[in-house]
Amino acid sequence: MNNLSAAAKKRIYAKEEVCIGCRLCEIYCIAAHSQYRDNLIKTFKKLTKRPLPRIVVEEEKPVSFGLQCRHCDEPECVKACITGAMHKDTETGIVTNDIERCIGCWTCILACPYGVIKRDYQNKKIASKCDLCMESNMEPACVKNCPNEALYIKASS
Amino acid sequence: MSFSLLTPEFIVERNDERCIRCQVCVRQCANLVHMYDQEEDRIVADDSKCVNCHRCVALCPTRALTIRRNPLEFKENANWTTSAIREIYKQAETGGILLTGMGNDRPYPVYWDHMLLNASQVTNPSIDPLREPMELKTMLGRKPEVLNVEDGKVKEKLPPQLKLEIPVMFSAMSFGSISFNTCQALAMAASEAGVMYNTGEGGLHKDLRKYGKNTIVQVASGRFGVDVDYLQAGAAIEIKIGQGAKPGIGGHLPGEKVMAEISQTRMIPIGSDAISPAPHHDIYSIEDLRQLIYSLKEATDYQKPVSVKIAAVHNVAAICSGIARAGADIIAIDGFRGGTGAAPLRIRDNVGIPIEFALAAVDTRLREEGIRNQVSLVCAGGIRNSADIIKAIALGADAVYIGQAALIAIGCHMCQKCYTGKCNWGIATQDPNLVKRLNPEIAARRLINLLHAWTHEMKEMLGGMGINAIESLKGNRLMLRGIGLTSRELDILGIKAAGE
Amino acid sequence: MSYVIIGNSVAAVGAVEGIRKHDKITPIIIISDEPYHTYSRPLISYYLGGKVTQDKMYYRDKNFYKANKVKPILGVKAEQVDFDKKEVILQDGRRISYTKLLIATGGKPLIPPLEGIEKKNVFNFIKLDDVKNIERLARAGSKAIVVGASFSGLKAVEALVQRGVRVTVIDIMDRIMPRVLDETASLIALKCLVKYGVEVLLNTTVEKIIGDKIARGVLLKDGRELACDFIILAVGVRCNIDLVKGTNLNINRGIIVDTGMRTNIPDVYAAGDVAEGYNFLEQRNIEIPIIPNAYKQGETAGENMAGADKIFDRGFVMNSMPLLDLSIVSAGVSTTGEGTNIKAIYKQDTNTYRKFYIRNKNLVGYLLINDIDRAGIYTDLIKRKVDISPFADKLGEEGFGFISLPKEMRKQIMLEG
Repeated sequence: MNNLSAAAKKRIYAKEEVCIGCRLCEIYCIAAHSQYRDNLIKTFKKLTKRPLPRIVVEEEKPVSFGLQCRHCDEPECVKACITGAMHKDTETGIVTNDIERCIGCWTCILACPYGVIKRDYQNKKIASKCDLCMESNMEPACVKNCPNEALYIKASS
Repeated sequence: MSFSLLTPEFIVERNDERCIRCQVCVRQCANLVHMYDQEEDRIVADDSKCVNCHRCVALCPTRALTIRRNPLEFKENANWTTSAIREIYKQAETGGILLTGMGNDRPYPVYWDHMLLNASQVTNPSIDPLREPMELKTMLGRKPEVLNVEDGKVKEKLPPQLKLEIPVMFSAMSFGSISFNTCQALAMAASEAGVMYNTGEGGLHKDLRKYGKNTIVQVASGRFGVDVDYLQAGAAIEIKIGQGAKPGIGGHLPGEKVMAEISQTRMIPIGSDAISPAPHHDIYSIEDLRQLIYSLKEATDYQKPVSVKIAAVHNVAAICSGIARAGADIIAIDGFRGGTGAAPLRIRDNVGIPIEFALAAVDTRLREEGIRNQVSLVCAGGIRNSADIIKAIALGADAVYIGQAALIAIGCHMCQKCYTGKCNWGIATQDPNLVKRLNPEIAARRLINLLHAWTHEMKEMLGGMGINAIESLKGNRLMLRGIGLTSRELDILGIKAAGE
Repeated sequence: MSYVIIGNSVAAVGAVEGIRKHDKITPIIIISDEPYHTYSRPLISYYLGGKVTQDKMYYRDKNFYKANKVKPILGVKAEQVDFDKKEVILQDGRRISYTKLLIATGGKPLIPPLEGIEKKNVFNFIKLDDVKNIERLARAGSKAIVVGASFSGLKAVEALVQRGVRVTVIDIMDRIMPRVLDETASLIALKCLVKYGVEVLLNTTVEKIIGDKIARGVLLKDGRELACDFIILAVGVRCNIDLVKGTNLNINRGIIVDTGMRTNIPDVYAAGDVAEGYNFLEQRNIEIPIIPNAYKQGETAGENMAGADKIFDRGFVMNSMPLLDLSIVSAGVSTTGEGTNIKAIYKQDTNTYRKFYIRNKNLVGYLLINDIDRAGIYTDLIKRKVDISPFADKLGEEGFGFISLPKEMRKQIMLEG
């Protein structure tokens, strides 16, 4: 089994008890999805149009936690998508948005029960969401860089 | 007063080429040093608030931050040092006593660093701990005068013993002085490593009762959280008479830290100050102490060893003799470098004696009186590494307590601001925003790592001395030699000088 | 054994994917009068606006039919269904027999009884062919009249504005998208349209279309005459039931289905805009002509056609509509009835509007303008009929999210996904 299918049903979860609200997950997520891949300084110093963080951090002190796409088995966003851009990969189970086809109608935002799809107006109006860092061997930047291990990736039951 | 003579102690240096304005520093500093200036799109720092705890430095993802000591100097003066002047400014501005946290940081001699260990050469072969068994197991408690053995087994029932996999325990630190998460981490690590942690005088939180087998429950002058269930919950009971950082001084947990969980655990009303009196009001003599020791033994059916913890002070040997005779199973002696969550600066820095001397004096005295077997000695206060432990045991300790070392292992940066309650590392704080920064699982893992590392090192040192059990090192002062010590100091330590 | 689907849009695709969850072998036949690979109809406005090209309009990729063993019969109209013989009769006389049939013929435009409606350059706004025709006339500087400030009418307006066409939109009602927007929201939308140079005429309607053979303008009820180069009719859509009219199929406005998408005739299913399925907020059968509903109905029908026993009983209206620089989303109930409590927050500085419809302890509808992030959480609260009383005061407040829910509820949601 290759790495991708091994991760087929993986989800990222948060431990709110130890989330420290530092938002490093967002910072690393931005860099991971920028053209400079993991180079924070270049990502933030050179790019004026940076990707949105694909993790939502909710905070109401003292509670905070990060929340990402659950890559649902029955993805509401995919079923609601009017263009067919949002799709679930049958092999990896990852729900991704084909930004070539997304027209920014926001029906996925209306449908996602976790509220983890964002409007990205950077270049073309598109919906932005977590892709489990599938291009980085399924080692999500947010999980890897959480200083307090408040995020973890786990195969769902 | 609008104008302060106090200049910033530290300077926050930000490398603008690396700063990406992620504002992690802004979110992480409980002292509100960092601020984001939206108009300028840059992060600015108020140096005067910085305590040099390195939280921002450690979390800055681009390593853009450095904290330096403010190079601003007063005119050189061997008497009126910078700290001497600053302390006067502070008191002139506040009118209050100076508070501090952690252990004595003054440049008194560290006697551990004036003792050297022996190693076997030729005549007495050294032992390789990777190839041969090496025993670090330690039993704390009263030992009988004579061991009668029948059919290979000890005939009489031994008094209750506290079993440690290695001769290291975590010092008494109360829930209140440290966060719940820190308590939990210590409990988890003690449980995993087969050693003890100590509740301090803060009672035992209900969620930590499951670690009872690895818990020493403390009874201090405030008697917080003490009832029969508490006494029975632990593996041993410790009566706290004194603490190395502040001998002769009680404790004071301000009411604002006494929130629901602490209130319940300490059995005091929410918001009330938790004041531990300087003395136990029922102990004015060795006889009184004996009464308390036996009350506690009675309450726990003589199943648990009772320890008495005192600060190392001038008459420590005689005091310990009395404590042993009062029926204690263990005596814990806390040297003047022992840590604290809060102590008056003058007390911390000027009261008490070095643990090395106290330990040697007590061990010597108890031997001379023929009662050394009646108690185990636990040495506390500034133990920094495995070599300190080996030296302590050679000087006569049965085991050591580590407090500050344990906290450093889980993130403490020794900024000595525990008393402010704003510990950015989630250790010495009750602020829920800060407490959660200490992930008990990570902290426990780090503590266990530290103990593992020290275990290996202790075995190496023992093996080098040709010793294969920690028991054989106990009080074996021939394994120590002094360096740079006066003959009087060597006498008190009971060791020869290097070369002798 | 064969599955036959009449229709080639969202419900049909949902059905194919539903069938293939259970049955990977049996062939599926898709019949459509449109000659195109399955495409997304709402994309026609984006096509007209120049945001997508025809080759990007496919709803599923080119390989879809092959990968799913679908035999498409495209560009041929299904004329009739013989329910007794279980056959679909095509325009060209072919008879296609089915074991299970799904009718997913969608909607068709409501044509108002207007004088002059037959003239050239009067268009509907539903199919790709409609916009292909409009495209030729919609040049910068040309003048268009859109009849109906409905969802699709406004999407047409947007596309025309983006092409530089001068647009007048006319609606008989006193506000824009009256079924979704209230007065405040309508006003926000109105201001937006005006900002982009759109002329909006409310409370009036077209009396007749003027011009010889070619539409040259309209005469309004109030006597005004407006000139234009072309007209788009967007007054509404109704269920496309031409195929089954006069049969034994149980029909109201649309084909009546149960929560498994079965009609009254065995082995015949209906889904999407042609069907009247169960609306759980209204607690009755009614058409819900929106894509998420079409897909789910189609999927449910497909699964059941393949032998499963799936229920879809959580249908309700929801819409997301970006309109020029506005984002508007809404779901569920949008009328104030007895026992419905309203919470509405309008912020002028950010031009945001949030309105919630609460019945008993449940959220039953909402409308958000501009600040639409995380709207899906509200949709889910409606769908799962969550008792919102512990956090009702936080609805629509800044930072609303799972953090606003009681810890136990939050953990359950966050950990179950």
